[in-house]
Amino acid sequence: MTHNADPMRPIPYRIHRVRSELADTFTLDLVPEDGVHSLNFAPGQFNMVYLFGGGEVPISISGDPARTAPLVHTIRAVGPVTRAMKALGRGDTVGIRGPFGTTWPVIEAEGSDVVIVAGGVGLAPLRPAIYHILANREKYGDVRLYYGARTPDDILFLSELREWRGRFDMIVEVTVDSARGYWAGRVGVVTHLLERGRYDPEETVALVCGPEIMMRFAIKTLNQRGVDNDQIYVSMERNMKCAIGFCGHCQFGPYFVCKDGPVFRFDQIASLFSLREL
Amino acid sequence: MATHYSSSAPPVRLGRHSLQALIDALRGDGYTVIGPRLEDAAIVYAPLESADSLPEGWVDQQEGGHYRLLRGERPALFDYVVGPHSWKRYLYPPRQRLWQAHKQGKGWRVKEPLDNTAPYAFIGVRSCEIHAMRIQDRVFDNGAFADPAYIKRRQQAFIVAVNCAHPAATCFCTSMNSGPRAKEGFDLCMTELLDEQRHEFLVEAGSDKGAALLTRLPHRPCDENDLRQAEAVATAASQAMQREMAPDVAALLKRHPEHPRWQEVAQRCLSCANCTQVCPTCFCSTVEDVTDLSGQTAQRWRQWDSCFTLDFSYIHGGSIRRETRSRYRQWMTHKLSTWHDQFDTSGCVGCGRCITWCPVGIDITEEAKAIRDSEGGT
Ligand SMILES: Cc1cc2nc3c(=O)[nH]c(=O)nc-3n(C[C@H](O)[C@H](O)[C@H](O)COP(=O)(O)OP(=O)(O)OC[C@H]3O[C@@H](n4cnc5c(N)ncnc54)[C@H](O)[C@@H]3O)c2cc1C
Ligand code: SF4
Ligand code: SF4
Ligand code: FES
Repeated sequence: MTHNADPMRPIPYRIHRVRSELADTFTLDLVPEDGVHSLNFAPGQFNMVYLFGGGEVPISISGDPARTAPLVHTIRAVGPVTRAMKALGRGDTVGIRGPFGTTWPVIEAEGSDVVIVAGGVGLAPLRPAIYHILANREKYGDVRLYYGARTPDDILFLSELREWRGRFDMIVEVTVDSARGYWAGRVGVVTHLLERGRYDPEETVALVCGPEIMMRFAIKTLNQRGVDNDQIYVSMERNMKCAIGFCGHCQFGPYFVCKDGPVFRFDQIASLFSLREL
Repeated sequence: MATHYSSSAPPVRLGRHSLQALIDALRGDGYTVIGPRLEDAAIVYAPLESADSLPEGWVDQQEGGHYRLLRGERPALFDYVVGPHSWKRYLYPPRQRLWQAHKQGKGWRVKEPLDNTAPYAFIGVRSCEIHAMRIQDRVFDNGAFADPAYIKRRQQAFIVAVNCAHPAATCFCTSMNSGPRAKEGFDLCMTELLDEQRHEFLVEAGSDKGAALLTRLPHRPCDENDLRQAEAVATAASQAMQREMAPDVAALLKRHPEHPRWQEVAQRCLSCANCTQVCPTCFCSTVEDVTDLSGQTAQRWRQWDSCFTLDFSYIHGGSIRRETRSRYRQWMTHKLSTWHDQFDTSGCVGCGRCITWCPVGIDITEEAKAIRDSEGGT
């Protein structure tokens, strides 16, 4: 993995560039402070990102897995640590531990159609999978991305979505929960796109990431369309303090989300997913 | 873990007064010796310099929510069992600095943590506690990641086990296959032989390290009678065990994530986290990040945490386990069931601490039994 003997020790990375994505969401391009550390990751994996003296949070890698530098993270500021990270600028340093966790099934899905379902900032952990699939486009059947955001102002990676939508080998549909100003696109929840989408349930591998409630409805709709649980992959979120199976916080039934997840094939966890407050 | 325990040296006898020689030899070898001591009306594990500080003549009385020390009828050194402490506080300290970082220009640099703790020698480790250490070994070296500080402390530790003579009413190690007799995982294991004629210890070596130390202590060979007497102590302890865990509890709890008993126990449980703090296998922790006043130095600390707190399962938008019901279910199901999935062993060694130190006397064996009984059958 890394040349790091102690898995709890962060490696300093310098912020090379900050991109403002949305009012509350930003992307950091990071380069190792020592100039040599490199981090190979697979789509779906995450790092623990540490703010000097402030705390450490799990954040998925949102960059292209084919490029080892820079390391890219897209973060939504929701609380003390992520808000403080939003105030960082070029040249500042964060700590990185990782990469951790399981990956989107980009290898297993070769030869199948791929349906990607994302909600909100959940598009960020899926972006590496999209990059990988597009870079190896001939290995997959039809590729569809269904993306739901709260409002038109919350659509993440807008220019890339436009670019992907312009391709002839990918279907991209975007919907918003509600629109106040000008919006010529769809209004409604992302599950509506799934209900009507013209994918072939038999041939499909579905990748789902977003708020738990959205994933719940997406899975239900996929099931109704005939996509079985073993064709569906989801990324789970739990509190994480270590990412290496020591702290116990991320437990989900028998699993540690940090190392047995965050990506699970849904049949592994279907019976747990239906339990309240597990 | 690499520590290898086995030895072919025959058992020997040490006199009561050779315990001081044992402590001195360990101290001479650079160990910090920790052993049972009487403090604040309980047997705790604290530094031990003299065998005279051992809780001679004390016995413990334990029940759900109840712990009391009484004067025993004989001057035994180990006639009590486990108290509120476990050895985990030395191998996996309640609060520990993981590292420290210093500002350098716009960046910062992480410094190696200094760990200059002397190796520990633990005297009076019970069989269930050896099992608990082995369980934590699997946690802190999980195949993918290892905690170097834990591993170092654990590998350096010298373990002097004691076979229990009088289990408490809260003990149930026989049904967890973790006691009362210590079979392996020690450097030395002592059985106290005390009657009108003598006060001695039958000592077995469990490692070369242990065997080598024994040769430096004044000792005498054992005969058949000594071995029989030691065996009788262990047998009597087994037979005195009052509680037991419901059989096949791992599968039982898997069948009942929505059992009404979770709601029922939640009405008694205070979510105080005592059970997790006293449990020798509970390993959950949280981290705290701090800076000094100048903001030039940052430290990361790791400290024990508990699945009974609301914060434990917090994610943006609210905690996952809001109700006590869910937290108690998490704790008990983890201990007795999902632990097997994660570490291929139970997370409970039947030491009974969680029963004794629960302020309202909730009994993990009773809770398991209630769920089992609800299934009917035998
Ligand atoms: C595997 C994984 C991947 C993630 N990827 C991303 C990503 O790519 N982009 C992004 O913006 N967010 C991501 N998150 C969520 C992100 O970790 C939380 O938003 C963040 O921890 C909030 O921290 P805070 O201190 O700013 O806020 P608060 O909400 O005040 O959180 C306080 C503390 O609770 C814990 N916590 C709170 N929310 C979460 C959460 N959702 N998941 C885990 N722990 C939490 C953290 O320890 C945090 O420090 C991911 C979470 C996980 C588990
Ligand atoms: S769960 Fe209770 S009885 Fe079992 S090891 Fe922990 S404290 Fe001891
Ligand atoms: S079971 Fe007892 S000791 Fe454990 S949290 Fe509940 S009240 Fe506290
Ligand atoms: S995050 Fe610590 S065990 Fe998974």
